Amino acid sequence: MSEAVRLEDASVELGRRVVWEHVSLAVERGELVAVLGSNGAGKSTFLHVVLGLLPLRGGTARVLGRRPGEANAWIGYLPQRRHFDGSVRIRGVDLVRLGLDGARWGVPLPGRGSEARARVREVIDLVGASAYAERPIGALSGGEQQRLLIAQALVRRPRLLLLDEPLDSLDLTNQASVAALVQRICREEGVAVLLVAHDANPILGYLDRVVYFAGGTAVAGTPGEVITGETLSRLYSAPIEVLRTGDGRVVVVGVPEAPFVHGRRHDD
Amino acid sequence: MLAQEFMRNALVAGTFVGAACGLIGYFLVLRAQVFASDALSHVAFTGALAAAAFGVDVRVGLLAATVAVGIGIGAIGERAHADDVTIGTVFAWILGLGVLFLAIFTTESSAGNGTAAVRVLFGSLLGLGRGDVELATAVSAVAIAGVVAIARPLLFASLDPLVAAARAVPVTLLGLLFLGLTGLVAAEATQAVGALLLLGLVAAPSAAAHELARGPYAGLALAAALAVGCVWAGLALSYEIARLPPSTAIVAVAAAVYVAAAAARRIRGARAFT
Amino acid sequence: MTTDAAVFQGLSWNLASDVRQLFAFHFMVNALVAGTAVAVLAGSIGWFMVLRRQTFAGHTLAVIAFPGAAGATLAGLPLLLGYFGACVAGAIALAGVAAGRGGGHSRESAATGTVQAVGLGLGFLFVQLYHGLLNGLQALLFGTFLGITDVQARTLVAVTAVTLVVLALAARPLFFASVDADVARAAGVPVRALSLGFLLLLGLSVAATSQITGALLVFALLVTPAATAHRLTSRPVAGLALSVVLGLAVTWLGLALAYFSIYPVGFWVTSLAFGAYVLVRLPRR
Repeated sequence: MSEAVRLEDASVELGRRVVWEHVSLAVERGELVAVLGSNGAGKSTFLHVVLGLLPLRGGTARVLGRRPGEANAWIGYLPQRRHFDGSVRIRGVDLVRLGLDGARWGVPLPGRGSEARARVREVIDLVGASAYAERPIGALSGGEQQRLLIAQALVRRPRLLLLDEPLDSLDLTNQASVAALVQRICREEGVAVLLVAHDANPILGYLDRVVYFAGGTAVAGTPGEVITGETLSRLYSAPIEVLRTGDGRVVVVGVPEAPFVHGRRHDD
Repeated sequence: MLAQEFMRNALVAGTFVGAACGLIGYFLVLRAQVFASDALSHVAFTGALAAAAFGVDVRVGLLAATVAVGIGIGAIGERAHADDVTIGTVFAWILGLGVLFLAIFTTESSAGNGTAAVRVLFGSLLGLGRGDVELATAVSAVAIAGVVAIARPLLFASLDPLVAAARAVPVTLLGLLFLGLTGLVAAEATQAVGALLLLGLVAAPSAAAHELARGPYAGLALAAALAVGCVWAGLALSYEIARLPPSTAIVAVAAAVYVAAAAARRIRGARAFT
Repeated sequence: MTTDAAVFQGLSWNLASDVRQLFAFHFMVNALVAGTAVAVLAGSIGWFMVLRRQTFAGHTLAVIAFPGAAGATLAGLPLLLGYFGACVAGAIALAGVAAGRGGGHSRESAATGTVQAVGLGLGFLFVQLYHGLLNGLQALLFGTFLGITDVQARTLVAVTAVTLVVLALAARPLFFASVDADVARAAGVPVRALSLGFLLLLGLSVAATSQITGALLVFALLVTPAATAHRLTSRPVAGLALSVVLGLAVTWLGLALAYFSIYPVGFWVTSLAFGAYVLVRLPRR
C-alpha cells in the first residue's frame, strides 16, 4: 500500500456545524502536499481527522492502511503555534527525546538508552539544530524552536508527517530553509508530508500536490490544477482571480471574508 | 541528637514525606499548579476539622478529603489542568466549610483542642509516635511510587499536551491522577510541616531543582534530594536553636536554597556560555 | 452571638418583617454596611485580579497579614503598621516575581508559594516568641464579622471609596496592560508600574478589610463573584458590574442566613458564591 492517506466522500462536523463534506483525496508515500485554504475552512480539522482525534460524520478515511488513530505511532505531528513557558527550563534535546518514548510509563533507566540518545542526536543533526539543542527551549528563537519541534516529530521515523502552519511565525529566510528541510526529509526518508499553510508561496517550489479547503469542501491536485481562477471560483462560489507575478509568486484575489465560527477551543 | 526517639521519628517521617514532596513539587512547578497544593493543604485542615467534628479519626478525614478534592479540582478544570481561578474558587468554599466545622467542633468540645488546630496548621514533626511514622512512611511510599510510575507520560503531557494526546497519552487521566497524588502528599506533609507551610517544602526545593538540573529526570531526583536535605537541615537547626520551630526552620532553609539556586543560575548565565 | 430573646423572633417567612428584624440590631446594621463595602471593593478589584490570573497572589496577600500582625505584636509596634507593612512588602515581592514577557508562570507559581510559606513560617515563629496564642490567626482568617464597631464600618466604607477612585482612574490602562501587555507597552502604557501598583492596591485593600471581616471572607469575595462574572461575559464594564452585584447579593443573603440560622457568616457567603459559580459552569460540561 503506497498510499499514506485516503479519504472517500468524507465529511466532518464541529458541534453542529458541518466543516467540510464530500472530500475525496489520496496522498502517496514520499509526496509533499500543501493543505491550503482560508481561516476556518477546516485545514487543522483535516489533520485532527487524520490523527483520529476527530471522528468523521460520513465517508471513510484510511491512514497508512488503517483507521485513523490506529497508526499514530508512525505519524509525526507538529501542532500549530505551541507556546513554551519561558521559565520552564526543558531543553530541546529533552523535548525530542519525549517524542521518542514519552508515552511509556515509568522513568528511563540511567544505564540503558544509549540507542535512544544516539537516535535523538541523529535527528537533531538532520534538522541542523545541534548548536542549540542543549539550551532551554523557551530561550530559543522561533526558527530554532521550530527545527527542534520538527526533530521531535521525526524521531520515531514516521511514515507520515503532519505539520500545522510550521512557517507561521518565521521570517522569510527561515521559511525558505525550513521548507527546504522538509522537502529534503520528504525525499530522503520517503515520508509523506501534509503541510498546512495559509500562504502557499514560501513552499510553492517544493510542492508535489495541493489540497485546497474552501466553501465547505476541498479539491486536490497539482498546484497548476488547483490554484487557478477557475477551480478556486468554483470552490468559493465567487469570482476569484489568480495572478502570477514576474518572479513566479502567486497572488489570489477576491477571496470572501471567512465566516466567523465558534470552533473547538485550542490550547494555545 | 539521634539518641532521642522523637528525633529519630521526625527524621524518618520527614525523609519520606520530603522525598514525596520533592517529586510532586517538581511537577507542580512545571505545570504552574503550586496553588493547587496550597488549596489542598487547607483542605487538609478542613478535613481534619470535619473529622474531629464528626468523631472520625482525624488522619482518615484528612486523607479522604484531600484526595477527593484534588480529583474534584481536576474534574472541573480543562483536561484536568486546573487553572488558578478554578482552584481559588474551590479553595474559598473549602475554607468556608472549615469555618462551619470549626463552629460545630468548638461548640461540641471544649477548648484545649486549639492545640490540635495548631498541629494541623503548623505541623508536629517533633511529636510523632510510631504509628504516625509508619503511616507517613507508607503513604509517602505509595505517593513516590505513583509519581515515578507516571513520571514520563506526565512530563510529556505537561510540556506538550497536543502532541502527547496525538500519541495516545491519556492526558486527562494523568492530570486527575496527579492531583489525587498531590492530595495524598498534601495530607501527609500536613503532619510534618503543617498545612500552612506545606507550600515551602513542595515549591521551593523543586523550583531550585528546576533552576539547577539539566535534564528532567535529573531534576526530579534533585527535587527529592533537596527536599529531604531541607528537612534534615531544618530539624538540625531547630534542635540547636531552642525557640525555632522545626517547620519554620525547614521552610526557611528551603527558601534559602531556592534563592541560592536562582542566583547561581543567574550568575552562570551572566557568564554566557552559549 | 448574643441576641435578645424577646426581639429575636427567628424566621417568620414574611419578607418585610424579616428584613425589619435584620435592621433592628445595631451590630447587624454595621455588619451589613461593612459587608456592602467589602463586597463592592472585592468585587471590583477581584475582577481585575481574575483577569490578570493573579488569584494565587491575591490569596498570598490575604494571609501575609498574619506575620505582619505577629511581628508587630512581638516588636511592640501598632498592629496596623504590621498589617500594612506586611501587605506592602508582600506586594513588592510578588511584583518582583510576577510572570512577565514570554511567560514565566511556572516560576511565578513557585515563587509565590515560597513567599507565602516563608511569611507564614515567620508568623508562627513570632507567635512562639511572644508566647502568644494563635487566636490572632483565627481572628485574622475568620474575622469578627458580627462584632463590627461603627468606626470600623466607616473605615471600610472609606477604604472602599478610595480604592474605587484609584481603580476608576487606572481602569483603562490597567485593562489594556492586563489583556495585551506587549501591545500596551508599545502604546506607552507603563505596564510594570501598573503591575506593581495593582498588587499594592490589592495588598492594601486586603490588609484593611481582612482585619475586620477576616482574610477568608475577603479572599472568597475577591475570587468567586469575579470568576462567575468572567464566565458569563467578557465585556469589561458589564463584567465588573456583574462581579460587584454578585458579591453584594451573596454577602447580603449570607448575612441574613447567618442571622437566622446557627451557621456562621463565612460558611454562608462562600457557599452561596460557590453555588453561583457552579451553576454558571454546569452548562459547559
